[in-house]
Amino acid sequence: MQIDIRTTAVTPLRQTFGHVARRIGSGKPASRYQEATFDLQPEVNFHYRPYWDAGHELYDASRTAIVMDDWYACTDPRQYYYGAWTQTRARQQEVMERNFAFVEQRGLPELLDEGWKRRVAALVLPLRHVEYAANLNNTAVAAYGYGAALTQAASFCAMDRLGIAQYLTRIGLLLDSNGSALLDAAKADWLHAAHLQPLRRLCEDLLVVEDWFELLLAQDFVLDGLLYPLVYERIEAEFSREAGTTLALLSGFMDEWYAEHTRWIDQQLKVVAAASAANRERVAGWCRQWSERVRAALLPLASEVFGDGAEAVLDELEAALQARAQKKCGLSWAPEVAA
Amino acid sequence: MSNNRVYIALQNNEDARPIIEAIEADNPHATVTHFPAMVKIDADGRIEVRRASVEALIGRAWDPQEIHLSLVSISGNVDETDEAFILERHN
Amino acid sequence: MSTPTSAPKKLGLREKYARMTRDLAWEPSYQPKDKIYPQAGLEGIKIEDWDRWEDPFRLTMDAYWKYQAEKERKLYAIIDAFAQNNAQLNVTDARYVNALKLFLTGVTPLEYAAHRGFAMVGRAFPGAGAQVACQMQSIDELRHVQTQIHTISHYNKYFSGFEEWRHMHDRVWYLSVPKSFFDDAMSAGPFEFITAISFSFEYVLTNLLFMPFMSGAAYNGDMATVTFGFSAQSDEARHMTLGLEVIKFMLEQHPDNLPIVQRWIDKWFWRGYRLLTLVAMMMDYMLPKRVMSWQEAWEMYFEQNGGALFADLARYGIRMPRHWEVSVKEKDRLSHEAWATFYNYGHAAAFHTWMPDESEMAWLAEKYPASFDARYRPRYEHWIAEERAGRRFYNPTLPMLCQVCQIPMVFTEPDDPTTTCYRESHYHGEHYHFCSDGCKDIFDAEPEKYVQSWLPVHQIYQGHCGGGSVPEVLRWYRLEAGRDNLDYLSSPDRQNWQRWKGEAAAG
Repeated sequence: MQIDIRTTAVTPLRQTFGHVARRIGSGKPASRYQEATFDLQPEVNFHYRPYWDAGHELYDASRTAIVMDDWYACTDPRQYYYGAWTQTRARQQEVMERNFAFVEQRGLPELLDEGWKRRVAALVLPLRHVEYAANLNNTAVAAYGYGAALTQAASFCAMDRLGIAQYLTRIGLLLDSNGSALLDAAKADWLHAAHLQPLRRLCEDLLVVEDWFELLLAQDFVLDGLLYPLVYERIEAEFSREAGTTLALLSGFMDEWYAEHTRWIDQQLKVVAAASAANRERVAGWCRQWSERVRAALLPLASEVFGDGAEAVLDELEAALQARAQKKCGLSWAPEVAA
Repeated sequence: MSNNRVYIALQNNEDARPIIEAIEADNPHATVTHFPAMVKIDADGRIEVRRASVEALIGRAWDPQEIHLSLVSISGNVDETDEAFILERHN
Repeated sequence: MSTPTSAPKKLGLREKYARMTRDLAWEPSYQPKDKIYPQAGLEGIKIEDWDRWEDPFRLTMDAYWKYQAEKERKLYAIIDAFAQNNAQLNVTDARYVNALKLFLTGVTPLEYAAHRGFAMVGRAFPGAGAQVACQMQSIDELRHVQTQIHTISHYNKYFSGFEEWRHMHDRVWYLSVPKSFFDDAMSAGPFEFITAISFSFEYVLTNLLFMPFMSGAAYNGDMATVTFGFSAQSDEARHMTLGLEVIKFMLEQHPDNLPIVQRWIDKWFWRGYRLLTLVAMMMDYMLPKRVMSWQEAWEMYFEQNGGALFADLARYGIRMPRHWEVSVKEKDRLSHEAWATFYNYGHAAAFHTWMPDESEMAWLAEKYPASFDARYRPRYEHWIAEERAGRRFYNPTLPMLCQVCQIPMVFTEPDDPTTTCYRESHYHGEHYHFCSDGCKDIFDAEPEKYVQSWLPVHQIYQGHCGGGSVPEVLRWYRLEAGRDNLDYLSSPDRQNWQRWKGEAAAG
């Protein structure tokens, strides 16, 4: 019969699990991120070939042309596991809740010009559909990608995109005093208005890209890398100049999220490109190819706001993306040679 | 077969206590059973968790979605509205 | 385009949620829909209108983050306190920890599989309502893997058998039972996957996994496991609702779906039931303090609640799953047959086995009055006598495995609990063996699938598992002989426990 336990006698036999210790060195305590991430995905001894893809195993590294000795090199600089991710988002969500309440309680939407609102509906609200495509594309990476380190971050990204699509929806509802006419107008534009068709075509084309790493790069690096600065910096600045900071207040999450998102996606490209010359060449080739296409898809949208200045705005944004690729990912690509 | 039993199981904690109390008051036909760390409530046909009843017990606004924080398990068709969380079977 | 001038109004939960989810999607015109969703038509399920999908729950991401973060904060506070206080020493007995070993090696990897599987169907289904529900479940499942790892991480520091759970899950013989279960579901098409996992497993059977396990943990002083378990269960209610909605949706969409769905329900009930054999054994043998017997749990959660569910579904033409009567006939023998098997093969398992003591046998006799004293006690008394005479019984022969469920062929005839049940089929000139009519039916419907099974015993005999001898195979499993396996009585776990608790070594 014992009353108290002498804690000196209760010493740990080991610090962490075998697969984690083999990566970080034995005898060292592991972080929650490491234990929640490393080697989670099965790699061998699968029982049945997938009915939906008999050419591959259930998890199969050959679903992308990128070759890695170790996909767990693709860690997340934010070190998000579920608990860390969801608690970060909950804090941001609280701020957004206060911002929405602030705008609503002060009746700010009623003070805004109807023409201005209609322009928000034509230029910003349709992005909820772009975010929906981004949600599906990141879900595809989470589903068919390789290695829990990369795929779990893609899962978080997919849900973030759904969250952003929902914030945009709430903006539409709020500006319309809880009516849905603005959202309906924005959707009609998305389906039919000329300035959005190239972007919609790009989104639909992304939904059928088969190589998941190419998809990740095209969506999260190239498209986001040009679209977010265009909309949430350049276009939003125009809107704020015209009608104050209401819109900026309601899209604060997107700015904060994008800054964090780039840290993650930059690291993925950097690690993959650094692994081999073949990877580097392929990644650079995809960057070149997709930035051409994304730029062309965004031009009509930019032209709605900047008119003849749109080309110059996109030149700047593309140069900034190239500089970012060079600095953060060690990547560069020459522009497509004009035919 | 006339089995149309539904049930809801909640954690046995402070958040769930008023919810359980509200269910007992609003569903007199239900049976409450205590297990280690968990309370299971069975009833024929229907169990309702009413927002107004829980709010009256806790003295603050309560969103029926908050029930997800304490829920352990359910059986039956769910209907979630602004006013209530309902489990039912129609057979 | 007219500008909105309507008066402020409050959108109802349902309408607002539709705006937040399905209204985000659009009918594509630049790419054909079947190229965007190539898996949607593979299985013959006919969906006329995805807009008729009823959302099983209506959580937007902001509310999701808010509620889930609150759950996570509470859970990790307890995990931290548990570690700081060395609360592993508060469990009833170190034998209990073996239930957690089985959980981490057998169940936690399934949570990961569910995470990936729901990501797959969250991309594969053409309806945005279904996509969102599946994606949300996908990250919930990731939550479950990670909270389980973080909780059990502390036990791993003080007990053996947890360390190589990831490596073992893909190799060790009995772990191919859970692994093949999920591989089976994930390698099927999206509609079968969701029927298998959301309906048959989550809705019909998962209560039998979590409710007794977590009540058992509470009863045995393991507050960390109770907390992760109940915290995970709070997500499970959403998942179960999804399971029911999916079935109703498929059945309401087209009458041709009924026979397909019924066949899947039959198949996945039996697959899931066989998987739960491990839970039956855990409940009746591995918990030092028992909450309820497997038989009681099966009566409560399957016969009573499952009965109500299938009565409810009868209006769609769905009947009880095939062979459910067999599960009822087996309820007073399942756990005993399973525990005897693991006792036999305790040298090749990554957890400890033992014979129940006298008080435990009395409990078993009380809970199983028709079967325990007559059939199982005599066998146990024989093994106890052998052990005391220095001849602890281990079975040196590798068992024959069922081609479908991959459990050794140890189950008995439905109407004769003293005769082992063997079934077989012939396919392309080969013989395949099964533990039951349920497993044979599954094979016969899709032989081309189940001939692929990675059967651990076959693999050992074919030389794919590190060598032909038991020590070589155990090394390949990364199972440290003498530490992770064998009888609890001789284990380092037990010695450490007695030292930590200041108990006198009892021999």
